[in-house]
Amino acid sequence: MTGNEALAEGAIRAGCQCYFGYPITPQNELTAYMSAQMPARGRVFIQSESELAAISMVFGAAAAGARAMTTSSSPGISLMQEGLSYLAGARLPAVVVNVQRGGPGLGSIDPAQGDYFQSVKSGGHGDYHMIVLAPTSVQEMHDLTIHAFRLADCYRVPVMVLADGRIGQMMEPIRLHEGPPPPAPRKPWALTGAAGRDPNCVRSLLVGEGELEQHNYVLQDCYRHIRRKEIMYHEKCVSDCETLLVAWGTCARLARGVVDLARAKGKRVGLLQPTTLWPFPEQRLRRLAARVKNLLVVEMNCGQMLEDVQRLAEGRAPVHFKGYPGGRVPTETEILRAVMALRPPRSVPRRKTGKRK
Amino acid sequence: MNKDNKRMLYKRPEGLTDKVMHYCAGCGHSLAHKVLAEVLDELEVREKTVGVAPVGCAVFAYHYLKCDISEAAHGRAAAVATGIKRALPDRIVFSYQGDGDLAAIGLAETVHAANRGENITVIFVNNTVYGMTGGQMAPTTLNGQHTATCPSGRDPAGMGHPLRVCELINTLEAPYYIERVALDGVGGVLRMKKALHKAFSVQIAGKGYSLVEILSPCPTYFRMTASESLKFVNREMRDCFPVRVFRDQGTPQNA
Ligand SMILES: Cc1ncc(C[n+]2csc(CCOP(=O)(O)OP(=O)(O)O)c2C)c(N)n1
Repeated sequence: MTGNEALAEGAIRAGCQCYFGYPITPQNELTAYMSAQMPARGRVFIQSESELAAISMVFGAAAAGARAMTTSSSPGISLMQEGLSYLAGARLPAVVVNVQRGGPGLGSIDPAQGDYFQSVKSGGHGDYHMIVLAPTSVQEMHDLTIHAFRLADCYRVPVMVLADGRIGQMMEPIRLHEGPPPPAPRKPWALTGAAGRDPNCVRSLLVGEGELEQHNYVLQDCYRHIRRKEIMYHEKCVSDCETLLVAWGTCARLARGVVDLARAKGKRVGLLQPTTLWPFPEQRLRRLAARVKNLLVVEMNCGQMLEDVQRLAEGRAPVHFKGYPGGRVPTETEILRAVMALRPPRSVPRRKTGKRK
Repeated sequence: MNKDNKRMLYKRPEGLTDKVMHYCAGCGHSLAHKVLAEVLDELEVREKTVGVAPVGCAVFAYHYLKCDISEAAHGRAAAVATGIKRALPDRIVFSYQGDGDLAAIGLAETVHAANRGENITVIFVNNTVYGMTGGQMAPTTLNGQHTATCPSGRDPAGMGHPLRVCELINTLEAPYYIERVALDGVGGVLRMKKALHKAFSVQIAGKGYSLVEILSPCPTYFRMTASESLKFVNREMRDCFPVRVFRDQGTPQNA
C-alpha cells in the first residue's frame, strides 16, 4: 500500500463518516481512494470546489456530530487556515491531513517539510493549537490517522497529520487496524435539531463582556491537558549518545539509518524523533540536551523545528542544523557527512578579549 | 376562542425567542427572522432544523431563532450547510446570508452548492450594502448608489455592475426552486412568507436546492428614513432586481 492509501484506509477504519477534498499533488491517491471507498460504505464523499469549501464542509459535518476529514497538500492547507481557526474557536473535532510539498508559492510537487511553522504555531488567526502528528512510515500513516480521530473527539480540537510527499507516495507492507474504531464520545453540543432540548449553537464569535477572554482560557486549559497527556516520540540509541539527532517525518526515517552508520564508524549518535510536533516533547528534549555534546536538527526546510529545539536546548549544548529546502530529500550519506563533521564543543568557551587601541 | 371571548389573531411565533433584536429600526432582517420562525413552526420542522448564520448583520440569528444554529466563516455558509446536510440528510438545513457573504466572498460556495443541487434552503437577504461593517459597496450595490466605499456612487466602469444572483443561479441545471421577493410593504412580507414556505416544503420533500432572495431595506446605510427605504426597495431595487419566480420544479420560469 502507498502511504496515502494507508492513511485513507485508516480514516475509514477510524469511522470517518464524511470526507471532503480538492485535488492536489502529491495526495491525489488519497482523494481518489476516498471517492471510491466512502460511497461504497454509504458514507459521504464530496470533491469540493476549493479547500476553503472543503474545510468549511468539514466544519459543518463536525458541527453536526460526524467524524469528518479533509486532506490536501501545502498550497491547499494554506487556504484551510481560515477553517482551522474557526474549528479551533468553535471547539469542533476534525482531522486534516497535509501531505506536504515544496514551497513557498506553488513551489513544487516534491516532498518537503516547509509547513512546520504553519502547522505547529497555528497558521490561522488567533491563539489556538492543533495537535500535529508526524508519521515516518506507511504503517504510521495508517495508525496515526486512527489516533488522530481519537484525539480530535477526545479534546474537541482539529488534529493534523503532517506527512510529506515521500511518505505519501512510498509503498510498504502494513498491518491494517482490525479492531473497532475509536469510541465516539457523546456530543451533546452537536447540531442535530433541537428536539426536546434547548437549541445548540456552534460559534466562535463571542462579544459579551469578557466572554472571549474566558473562552481563550478554556482553550488554553484544554491545550495544557493535551500537553500533559498526549506527547509521543521515539528514540534510538540515546542512552549513551554524544550527538543527538532531532528529526521528524521523512528526515527522522533517514536519521534512523544514519545513527547505525555513524555508530559503525565509532561515533556515539542517537535520535529523538517527535511524533507529536505539537505538543512537542519538551521535557524530553531539555533533559537530553543537558546530557549531550551536540544537537543536530535535520529537516527538509531551512530551519523550522530548529527554532523549537534551540529554544528548549537553552544553550546547554550547541544546536547545529542541516536543512534541505525546496522539495529535496537528502540521502543518509549526506546526513552522515554532517554528523561526522561535528566536533565536540570546547568545554570552556573562549572569551573574547577586547582589542586595545 | 378563550374564555374572555377573545380570539388570538396574531402572536409572537413560537420559534422566536423574546430577546430584543439588535437590528436597526426599519431593517429587513428582523422581519425576515420573524417570518422564517413562523414558517418553520407552521411546517412543524423547527426541532429538526439546523440553520447556518452568516458573517454579517445576521450573525446573531441564534439569539432570536429557537433552532440549532452554526456560524460559518464569512461566505462559507453554503459549504457549512452542505456539510451539515450531508452528515444529517433527514434534518432541515438552511443558510441565511447577506449579499457580501453570499455574492462576494462566498460566491464560489454559493454557486457550487446550487450546482450540486444540495437539498438545502438558501435565504439571501440583499440590502445592496455591507451592513455589518459600515455600509460599504456590495456586489449588489446599484449603479450610482452611494456607499462608504463608493462615495460618488457606484460607477460600473471599474466597479462592475450589480450582480443578479437569482439570474445567475438560474443558469444552472440542478436548482429546484428560485424566487426573488421584496420587503417593500405588507404584500412583500406575505410573498416572502409564501416563498419561504415553498422553499422549505421543497426541501422537506427532498426535491433539492431552493433559493429565496429577499430585497431588504437598510435605512441606516441607505441614509434614509424607514419609509423612504421601503420606497427605494420598491422602485430602485426592484428595477434592477426583478421580483419573480425564476425556477419552479426545476424548470426555468418565464418572466
Ligand atoms: C474574512 C473576512 N473578511 C471580512 C470580514 C468583515 N465583514 C464582516 S461582515 C461583512 C460584510 C457583511 O455584509 P453582508 O453580507 O451584505 O451582510 P449585512 O451585514 O449587510 O447583512 C464583512 C466584510 C470578516 N468578518 N471576515
